[in-house]
Order: sequence, then C-alpha cells, then structure tokens
Amino acid sequence: MTLNVERIRRDFPILSRTVHGKPLVYLDNAATSQKPRQVIDALSAYYSRFNANIHRGIHALAEEATAAYEAVRERTARFIRAPSPRAVVFTRNATEAINLFANGWGRSRLGPGDEILLSEMEHHSNLVPWQLLAKATGSSLAFIPITDDGRLQLDRLDALLTPRTKLVAVTHMSNVLGTINPVAQLAERAHRQGALVLLDAAQSAPHLPLDVQQLGCDALAFSSHKMLGPTGVGVLYAREELLEAMEPFLGGGEMISDVQLTSATWNEIPWKFEAGTPNIAGVIAFGEALAYLERVGMAQVRAHERELTAYAFTRLRELDGVTLYGPPGDAEDRGGAVSFNLEGLHPHDVGTVLDAEGVAIRAGHHCAKPLMRRLGVPATARASFYLYNTREEVDRLLDALHAVQAFFGRPAPARPVR
Amino acid sequence: MVEQLDELYREVILEHFKNPTHSGELPDAQIRASGVNPLCGDELAFHVKLRDGRLERVRFRGKGCVISQAAASMLATQLEGKTVREAERIMDAMKGLMKGQEPDASADLGDLEALAGVRKFPVRIKCAALSWNVVEQGLEAHAHGGH
Repeated sequence: MTLNVERIRRDFPILSRTVHGKPLVYLDNAATSQKPRQVIDALSAYYSRFNANIHRGIHALAEEATAAYEAVRERTARFIRAPSPRAVVFTRNATEAINLFANGWGRSRLGPGDEILLSEMEHHSNLVPWQLLAKATGSSLAFIPITDDGRLQLDRLDALLTPRTKLVAVTHMSNVLGTINPVAQLAERAHRQGALVLLDAAQSAPHLPLDVQQLGCDALAFSSHKMLGPTGVGVLYAREELLEAMEPFLGGGEMISDVQLTSATWNEIPWKFEAGTPNIAGVIAFGEALAYLERVGMAQVRAHERELTAYAFTRLRELDGVTLYGPPGDAEDRGGAVSFNLEGLHPHDVGTVLDAEGVAIRAGHHCAKPLMRRLGVPATARASFYLYNTREEVDRLLDALHAVQAFFGRPAPARPVR
Repeated sequence: MVEQLDELYREVILEHFKNPTHSGELPDAQIRASGVNPLCGDELAFHVKLRDGRLERVRFRGKGCVISQAAASMLATQLEGKTVREAERIMDAMKGLMKGQEPDASADLGDLEALAGVRKFPVRIKCAALSWNVVEQGLEAHAHGGH
C-alpha cells in the first residue's frame, strides 16, 4: 500500500507557502518536521477550551487537562510498544531525556573502572551527556568505530564489550549517515556482558515502526518535534524497574510524595521525573501527531521514504563530483537522511543557492563533529525526507543542485606556490 | 537566481574564489597567523613579510566556502604593499561595512567592496570576517612580541 501523498500534503499548511518566490521544497526533516493542522489545532484547542494545570486541580478543567495529558502517555507507550505507560517519562526533548537517564541512572552507579560504550556516529546529544557523566564519576568512554560506508564495525564489539562496560548508548539511526544500526543484535551482546542499552531514537521514532521489547533496549529517547509534533516535548522510555531505582533528575513540584523542611520522598514513576508544570499543550498536541502517524501507518511511512531515498541516490549520482555518505540508497539498513558534498564547494554555499531556489536543506556538521572528522570533511550538505515529500521534490533538489554547479562553475585546481 | 544571490556572490568574488591571486606561503614571513570558523570549518592561514613598516608580501592558504576564500584572496591583494597603518584602516573599514556603515573614504578597499552584499546574509558574515580577524591577530601578536 502506498501513501496518498497529495492528501497528506493538504494537511500541512506550511507546504503551500513560497520561499524567495518559489514553492517551498522542505528537505530538512532530520532537523525538525513540519506540523499538520491537526497538531496545530490541538495546541489552540487546549488553550481555548481546557487550559488548566494538571494533577493537582479539583475542578473540571484540571481533570480534563490531566486526562488528556495522561492519555498521550498511554498512546506514546502503545506507539513504541512499551509494556506500560509508567515506563514513559515526558521531557523537553531527546537531549533532556538522555541527560535524565545519564544523571538518574549513572551518577550513583558508575565509578572509576566502569565504561560507557558509544559509537563514532553519535550526535552531540548522545555524546556530551556521557562525557559529563564520565567526568563526574571517574568512569570512561569507549567507542565502536565505523566502516567507510558508515556502518558500525560489529567485528570489534567482542573486544570493546567487557565486564567493565556498564552501558551501551548508541543511535538507532544516524542523523548524518542515515545508517540504521542493528540494535537487537547489539542489545543481545551487551546484555550478555551485563551492560544496559540506551537508544537515541530521535531519528528512528519518526520514520520506523518501533517496538522497544523487540529491540531489547533498556532505555530509549526521542523528540516530538521531529515527528509532526510541537517543539518542547521529548520522551524517555526506560524499563520500569530501572526507573524505580533511579534518582530524580530535577526537583520541584509534582515529583514528590512528601516534603519536610530538610528532606523529601519521591512520587511514583513516571511522575517522579516530571518536576514542575510540564509542556501540557505540547504533550496533548504530540498525541495528535502520534495519532496522525498511526493513521498513516509507520510501515507505510518507512516504505515511502525508502523509495524516495533510493530515487534520490540514483539522481544525486548523476552530479559531477558528488560524494555520498553512508550506506547505499537502496540498503535495508538506511533511512532518509542523505548527506553529500559537491567537489570544490562548501556545503554552506550549496545551501545558500538551494535556498534561493526554494529548497531547504541542512549544511554543516549536524552536531556530529567527531563523525565529520572521521569522514575527513568539515561539513556536509544533507537532504532528509518525510512522509509528505515527493519524487518531484527530489527532482527540484536536483535541478537546484545543477544550478549550483552552473552558478559556481568548477573551481580551478590549486596553483603552485609563488 | 534571485537578485540577492548575485549580490552575495558578485562576479569579482567568484573570480577570486576560482583564481585566488595571493595563495601560497612565505618561508621568510615574520607574521604567521591562522584561524578557523568552528561552526562551518572554514580555515585560513596568512603569511606576511614586513619590510620598512610595510606589508611587502601577503599570502594565504585555506579551505572553506566561497565567501571565506574569496575574502582572503581580496584582502591579501589589497593589503600587499600597504603600511601597517593603512592595513589597519582597511580592516576597520571592512568591519564597519559588515555592520552596514559607509566605509571611510581614506580606506583603499579595492575589490573588497564587493563583500558589501554579505551583510544581507547575517549567517555568512563570519565567513568574510575570518580573513581580517586572522590578519589582525597576526599583526597584534607581532606588535606585542616585536618590542
């Protein structure tokens, strides 16, 4: 079954706007997705009909708001096949979810001699929190290297996974390379060594059917805004017994059970981790985003993006002097984030000219500087697809890239020193 | 192409990018300074040979975007042969130009004036500014170390 993309596009008001006089071609979905009117409407419906603080009120509005908020927790649990909504904590974004786990789980458990195993392809949000944790606890970091085609070097895993390894924290899908990592295999081998597994699912949750039980991960983090929802909402999933044993990350209202002047006891999970008034409107609208994706079907979203990615690779290859990063376009283990460079041109110049053509892509280091060093480039251009993108938009991207090359010409080779 | 784009990438800028006029190194340079834009990875290194208070020869090496590399070529071209004081005046005028100020008439900007269009692209100003930031650092370090 294929997607009715024309119908889907009508749900996204922004897709009908123009940029510099040209119809917008939005290919920066790995940074953030656009929002359907169902999500936009849900934000204003909350504020115009049942705005109230949750969990504490004894009036009708507070009850309605609380019910709506908690219903999204249940929907989120179903979306990722979590066994219980108690395993779902709302945060500000995936970054905060990872920081929550690093602090709540790691601070009291790790010490000198312990290791956290990451990979060379991590986004800074799944790297810097572990650097901070390692510094605070005296533990150390190790890294799974990647192959030249952007896959994890799993043959190095036996040497890297040792009894010292307490946690493996890797991305499910690379925001630069598009690589989908073999999580089930990774989790099985990590668990055999007694290590836990945290997945950065910021790129995978929007684009793949997710099943945390099948993946075998112990914790998983993702963001609403990359999957049709509003900014300011993230999710940490973790197995209930882990959450039970974890220390709170933020202290304040709602997360307590009782408070004395010099001490406090904690609320039950997951509320123990949700101090202060959360992004109620955002969470409720995120529920609409999940409902939208469920209606379309994540398997259909994935199939549509696989087809677009394969097509984009075929078309990009026709460019003179193009370098494509990550697994091949038709590979089963790749998603729709496509990084590339044009010989002799900096991605910022490519991005500036594409923008003039109405085509929005990302150019830069994509918050993955160690990966850029591994690839030997300062930056890449990146086009990333979602359910509303079309083959015609890939063609517009290619027309614009041809225009880039025509505009700059091919730079002359470096002259000898005079 | 929209008009603004032609304003950013003026003919003379593209020409300096494709055929930089002062790329290279100077083994007998007294001033060697380099810098990077960490966000985009532009890199520039300048070599300056001073003689009798003048920048007798100026060369640069670098990699990065059109704006950063063309600015380096134009700056090297413009600074060569100038006194230190004249060079400082040129670089001050460029900083002003990026803020939208009219350049001081006594500053001899030459091709550098083509960079005026960059100020309409705020994210690209740092690309142009890397070149004068590096040369200024080099001149300052030399002035402090030389006495």
